[in-house]
Amino acid sequence: MNPKYNPALYWFAVLTAFTTFLLIGLGGLVTSHEAGMSVPDWPTSYGYNMFALPIKFWTGGAFFEHTHRLLASGVGALTTVLAVWLWLQDPRKWLHWLGVAAFVLVVVQGILGGLRVSWHLDYLGVPHGAIAQTFLILLSGIALVTSRWWINSAREKQITVPRGLRSHVLWLTILIFIQLLIAATMRHQHAGLAISDFPLAHGKIWPDTSATAIANYNAARVETINLNPITAFQVVLQMVHRLVAVLIFLGVVAAAFLARKKLGGGDSLTKSAWLWTALLVVQIILGIATIMTNKAADIATLHVMVGALSLLVGALWWFIAARRTALTAIALTGQNKPD
Amino acid sequence: MKKILSLLVTTAFAAIQFSRAADLSGVITFKGAAPEEKELTPIKEDATCSTYYSGALPKTQHYIISAKGELANVIVVVKGVPAAKSTGATATPAVMDQKGCLYVPQILAVQTGQKVVVKNSDSCVHNVHTVPKENEMKNVVQMPGGADLEFTFEKPEPFLKFQCDVHPWMFGYVTVLDHPYFAISGTDGKFTIKNLPPGKYTIEATHRKLGTKTAEVEVKEGGAAQDFTFEPK
Repeated sequence: MNPKYNPALYWFAVLTAFTTFLLIGLGGLVTSHEAGMSVPDWPTSYGYNMFALPIKFWTGGAFFEHTHRLLASGVGALTTVLAVWLWLQDPRKWLHWLGVAAFVLVVVQGILGGLRVSWHLDYLGVPHGAIAQTFLILLSGIALVTSRWWINSAREKQITVPRGLRSHVLWLTILIFIQLLIAATMRHQHAGLAISDFPLAHGKIWPDTSATAIANYNAARVETINLNPITAFQVVLQMVHRLVAVLIFLGVVAAAFLARKKLGGGDSLTKSAWLWTALLVVQIILGIATIMTNKAADIATLHVMVGALSLLVGALWWFIAARRTALTAIALTGQNKPD
Repeated sequence: MKKILSLLVTTAFAAIQFSRAADLSGVITFKGAAPEEKELTPIKEDATCSTYYSGALPKTQHYIISAKGELANVIVVVKGVPAAKSTGATATPAVMDQKGCLYVPQILAVQTGQKVVVKNSDSCVHNVHTVPKENEMKNVVQMPGGADLEFTFEKPEPFLKFQCDVHPWMFGYVTVLDHPYFAISGTDGKFTIKNLPPGKYTIEATHRKLGTKTAEVEVKEGGAAQDFTFEPK
């Protein structure tokens, strides 16, 4: 049975994905404010049922951590409804299982976040961040395949997207995901800025990472919050983050030019690639601002959110390109159209 | 019988040592310009903590240096005292208060097994989160007016961090040692380590930011003195 566009289901999927994006932002605020351990118990909060914590305790770091938990519960509920809705109403079996995968992922994500607090396993913050990004892509993908465009695209003539361009965007998207893993590792060191100047790094093109230099960096900085001392590993990690950022930017610009050449300037994927480039420009400015403001929590969190959006644009671009190409190939061979 | 004899000899030896025990004292100074402390501006945004400061906000306390250059919060440790072992189990508990949304004091030193009592004198909730490298991590909520919390540490560890994640500008450090031969310099830079048996020792003076200075000292029955001078890194 062919799927029919269900606007209610589509907009519900969009709502779930958008709420997840906000949740990533709130999670970013938790880490930016170094508030991840401010409520030491889980699933209770200060010994109260999480949903009944008196508002007088929603202060300081606990405000960010507690509201993150509440919004996460909301995303869990939305995802559960979405999975059941897909299973009951959409004829596509593979989409049923995507809904189940989203449900499993949100449960795993919740447990991971809880264990990070209750078992004091700070390093779980990195996979918690990585799963959040994957989950956002999954939900946005579900929203895409329930959209009017996806369902009707099988009936419309499509322009194929060359394999080279698709591969370029796919590898670029994977590189952005790796960049987000590097960023999550940096943030979960809880050491603030390992390098606090830009464009130089501790006054040099490549910073000194000797033990003496690291001791000097730590002695010179005046921490106003509970940061760990910086290490040579963290200094190198920030340098890698800077270099990968340059690579990604060049890659995205190249993707936009390639798309214009192969698909034409008016193609929606070409326009999306230019939008992606603009997003990367904003992201680089935010990265620089993060350093210039000594990692101001709001700026650093915006940097996290635009990073998540950059990954999402790459992933959705690739999904759409793959869909168009598959439909074109099928039209040429006269096979049944995919759902 | 052998055990009793051994105990008697050990006790006698300890008694003789103690009767000849001396003090090591000194002054820690700092020469040069330390990085300027910063105002704890996030306090302004907290509804409760901001009420404790009607005027100027408190500043960070990384370098407490007097007008004469005397340096506080340097931990001075005597290394290699014969048969030195922790007396932490019977030592007076060390106290760290949370007052005005700050840890008071921000630097402590205790022995393994010695209690660290954490009080909450504020009218807001704090979480007391230890961030050790060698010891067990703990994270406990402390309500306003709540009972004092007690922490003990089994392994020696320098500058074990205590922090409040509700108020991230609140942090302090506890150095844990496995013997009683240490002291922390006061705001006048002075320190005294009592009851040292006479002998030759290595003395280590460590400031959390400025690192460690060492000196070789012979402690005689009349005591000994050893000063240290730190410079900016």
